[in-house]
Amino acid sequence: MYRFAPLAGAALLLAHATPVALESSGPAPLAAVAGSAASPPALPDSGTVSLAEPEAAAFATMVRIPATRYRPLYASPGTEIVVAPFRLDRDPVTRGQYLAFVRANPRWRRDRVDTRAADAGYLAEWRTSDDAGTATDLRRPVTGVSRTAAEAYCAVRGTRLPSLSEWEAVAAASAVARDATGDPEFVQTLLSRYAHRTDPVPPVERGTRNAYGIRGMHDLVWEWVAAPHIDHAAHSHETGTEHGAYCASAAVGASNAANYPAFLRFAVRSGLTDRSTMGTLGFRCAA
Amino acid sequence: MMSVSRNLAIAAVAAASLAGSTACMSAEAASGETPAVPVRSLPEIRGEERAVLTSAPDVPPPITRDYATRVVVELETVEKVMRLADGVDYTFWTFGGTVPGQFIRVREGDLVEFHLTNSRHSMVPHNIDLHAVTGPGGGAAATLTIPGGESVFTFRAINPGLYVYHCAVSPVPMHIGNGMYGMILVEPAEGLPKVDREFYVMQSEFYARPGENGGAHTLDMERGAAEQPTHVVFNGAVGALTGANALEANVGESIRLFVGNGGPNLVSSFHVIGEIFDHVYGEGGTMISQRNVQTTLIPAGGSAIVEFRAEKAGDLVLVDHSIFRAFNKGALGTITVTGDDNPELFAQLKGLPMAGH
Repeated sequence: MYRFAPLAGAALLLAHATPVALESSGPAPLAAVAGSAASPPALPDSGTVSLAEPEAAAFATMVRIPATRYRPLYASPGTEIVVAPFRLDRDPVTRGQYLAFVRANPRWRRDRVDTRAADAGYLAEWRTSDDAGTATDLRRPVTGVSRTAAEAYCAVRGTRLPSLSEWEAVAAASAVARDATGDPEFVQTLLSRYAHRTDPVPPVERGTRNAYGIRGMHDLVWEWVAAPHIDHAAHSHETGTEHGAYCASAAVGASNAANYPAFLRFAVRSGLTDRSTMGTLGFRCAA
Repeated sequence: MMSVSRNLAIAAVAAASLAGSTACMSAEAASGETPAVPVRSLPEIRGEERAVLTSAPDVPPPITRDYATRVVVELETVEKVMRLADGVDYTFWTFGGTVPGQFIRVREGDLVEFHLTNSRHSMVPHNIDLHAVTGPGGGAAATLTIPGGESVFTFRAINPGLYVYHCAVSPVPMHIGNGMYGMILVEPAEGLPKVDREFYVMQSEFYARPGENGGAHTLDMERGAAEQPTHVVFNGAVGALTGANALEANVGESIRLFVGNGGPNLVSSFHVIGEIFDHVYGEGGTMISQRNVQTTLIPAGGSAIVEFRAEKAGDLVLVDHSIFRAFNKGALGTITVTGDDNPELFAQLKGLPMAGH
């Protein structure tokens, strides 16, 4: 089992190392990990990851996001939250990366996972507990993972889930503008993107790149954010009104009643618990 | 001593007057018991049955039992691409895979056990608000269901009438605008007068915008907010009730139309060309509110029941008489009436031959 030992070592080292932070332009060097007996990891955007090297996919490209302002959906108009600079994965976590995590941490295998940590849909699309599919499949965003599982994965890398404010601030970007929420064309096209997500989800390379250099925020999968109590700055705004998820009065108290994509995202989040999984729900990590 | 007993006397008088007040909440404070709130008496439930659901334009058969029962209803929300009009495929969100959703028929007093499932292929959560429900959100508060999930709730059908149901997840105009509505009939205890034919017709409009890269159409939010639809239709698509899909009846038959309006925005001016409604149950209530009506209003999120007898062979044309909607946007349907002619009722004496005769 020597192939797994270096990965376990890599996992430990990553837990203590600071992930590489990058500017949003230019190719992405990877964090090298001392003690790895595997060959140098392939760049994630090389387009191919062989079945023999899922460990390589354990490294992720992160992008530095500068300080931004986020207008919460449920707040009086004009309310803005300042989001401090942070790093965000350029792509959603892939099946290949999650497979490496499962192999290094067998208690997260589908056939061993604690039912309090994930519901019956956990990794439901994988062929077996240890087989996440073809080389192309390994490049798709991982889905069927609960918030608890996502948090565990990010923690192994010394990262965390993004907060709601962080995620929504980056989601406001179109291809050309960092805040495109005032652009009705952009907001409208998101509805089309959400409606036309395919099954299966395409590989992360096909995600649309936005003005921050982040890919696939809207056209791949829904994404987990940290539980609301984590984001103290936005706590009072994140849960929305009591009726927010299910009632025509959802627009009451909302800052922008025309932003249907934001309402859709809030509605999706409202139905989830920490152990929920969906075939259309993945995640990316932040730091 | 005097002041204490005087205070006690005052308190006793106050308590007595409070206890004697029928509408007063503070009787609770005085006596420590929960005050009686008038509640309606509900009929006893006998047995259980599974609801017969039908797709438009069909209606489940009239209810024959004379007691209240437990009715189990199962509906699944499904998102699928279907034809809205020639050359226009739309990403519909549906109850049960059809627009409108299936027709539910229960009896006044029934206890409905409602199972809502959401297909695991859905992108978003769904729920249901039935206007027949007295309770939080009309059921919506109890049925938020993520893809792959199920919700179950019960309600008593205490008010008879013809009611719309629809999805009420935020953003509601999008869920309704994408096709998530249908109808539930709560028959009065004594039932409805017998007729020969019953049909289920639901008007609605769509605000369709082509998808990126030639994909199926999706909701146009701006048009929706401006209330400028691209399509106004009966039963979910242009042509759903015309041509080979026309409704059929025979001369002499009494016809009842259960007509709903899913909106999301428009009020319908519902008219059947060549006919007059003998009876209108305005707004889907349980009373004949008017007789001899040419055109009746159906509110968005509302309904009407109209009755007439087919007396001439030929085509009767259902329209929204806001007539650009019928001519340009698809609000047209047909009832083909077959049988012997009745020249006493109508005859052409001079002129060009009538179309279709």
